[in-house]
Amino acid sequence: MTALSSEASAAAVGEPLVVLDHVEKWYGDLHVLQDINLSIKRGEVVVVIGPSGSGKSTLCRTINRLETIDKGSITLDGKALPQEGKQLADLRAEVGMVFQSFNLFAHKTILENVTLGPIKVRKIAKAEAEKLGMQLLERVGLANQAPKYPAQLSGGQQQRVAIARALAMQPKVMLFDEPTSALDPEMIKEVLDVMVDLAKQGMTMVVVTHEMGFARTAANRIVFMADGQVLEEGTPEEFFTNAQSARARDFLGHILKH
Amino acid sequence: MDAVTSNFDLFLKGFGYTLFLFLISGLLSLVLGTLLVACRVGPVAVLRWAGGWYVTLVRSTPLVVVFAFFQFAAPMLGIRFGWVDVHIGAFDFTSFFAIAVVALTLYTSCFVCEALRSGVNAVPLGQAEAARAIGLTFGGTMSQVILPQAFRASVPPLASVLIALIKNTSVAFIFGVGEAVAQMRIMTNNHSSERTTIFLAYAAGYILIVFVFSFLANRLERHWRVA
Repeated sequence: MTALSSEASAAAVGEPLVVLDHVEKWYGDLHVLQDINLSIKRGEVVVVIGPSGSGKSTLCRTINRLETIDKGSITLDGKALPQEGKQLADLRAEVGMVFQSFNLFAHKTILENVTLGPIKVRKIAKAEAEKLGMQLLERVGLANQAPKYPAQLSGGQQQRVAIARALAMQPKVMLFDEPTSALDPEMIKEVLDVMVDLAKQGMTMVVVTHEMGFARTAANRIVFMADGQVLEEGTPEEFFTNAQSARARDFLGHILKH
Repeated sequence: MDAVTSNFDLFLKGFGYTLFLFLISGLLSLVLGTLLVACRVGPVAVLRWAGGWYVTLVRSTPLVVVFAFFQFAAPMLGIRFGWVDVHIGAFDFTSFFAIAVVALTLYTSCFVCEALRSGVNAVPLGQAEAARAIGLTFGGTMSQVILPQAFRASVPPLASVLIALIKNTSVAFIFGVGEAVAQMRIMTNNHSSERTTIFLAYAAGYILIVFVFSFLANRLERHWRVA
């Protein structure tokens, strides 16, 4: 299964950047990740889909160790994920993360949200960080909101700021954990547009989402998960027109009806 | 009323000591309480355990006993404050004052810690996750993201803790600090016919201080709510 899909996507992309090898995780008796093997290549956009509770968010969160794993290994750019402390913090600086609930720092302005990492983690001078921050806010179309606080922005705007905040660290890979699931329908597009732009510019992305339109157009590879297992991998074309597993066909049958 | 008005300088001096005790111990217990809460919510098990036990033990001890410990027992263990000897204007800061500051600080910091911990618990988990996700260490996450928000959420309980401290400074009177209650005792002894007015005057003094403090705490709360 894995071998087949890496052949399929090898043409589009470079060498492996994130590698999950025989990853297992339990929540008590619940086996949430079962023998996950996944190799994400530089510049690749991998979209993870599947029913609720399939472990796709957990999978996404293990890549920057917001969730620990019980067995197996995860490497980023050839280096194993450190356990805790400064080294782990350094690794997380290399991995951008966008959350379902935005999680902008509520007591900081939009610009401060974007500059906090560069100033405190990268130790960049404040003026320079602000210049970079404004460029990024410009890029997500929110430069005019810089002095406001997160609570004053709409959900879609907050999520675009969250993307800018992650980009400010100049990450090697971006993780998106259901970035549009908490948004009103009319705000989903503005966030997806930013993500599509990012994908076009060659960012390596892992996206957990229910947005099948985005999966079809922006993904290099679809990973379908159910019950803690990767059941199927392939290009969007293969997956949406010719899903192999009964579980995937059932899932697509349910969501594509409308 | 004569007793108070004709000795108004002593009245003010007493409350001067009260304010000094409050400001110094208050500031120190905010600092110590913040360190304690960092221990209690931190990733190091030993510090969590130590912080928890410190709070449990000191919080369960009557303030008078904490004072008595530093006055009578600590010197036998080699903990002495005789080196404290500072004089500013009419105020003398000696070992008695130092012991009062230490006792009040250790005692109040437990309550500050717990008030702040309620604030830390009020900060959504996602804030810490986002902070860690951009590469901040535990220290950076606490100082940049969690504690600033926890302080905001903790203003009402912290104000209560510090108001309790204002009134707790009166225990120092038993241990030789000439603060407000000590002056009141002297006045009621010298003017036994005016006891009622003397009591009322000193009560009014405390009420005024607490009133001003509450006003400032409310202002702070409102200021941070808008931001």
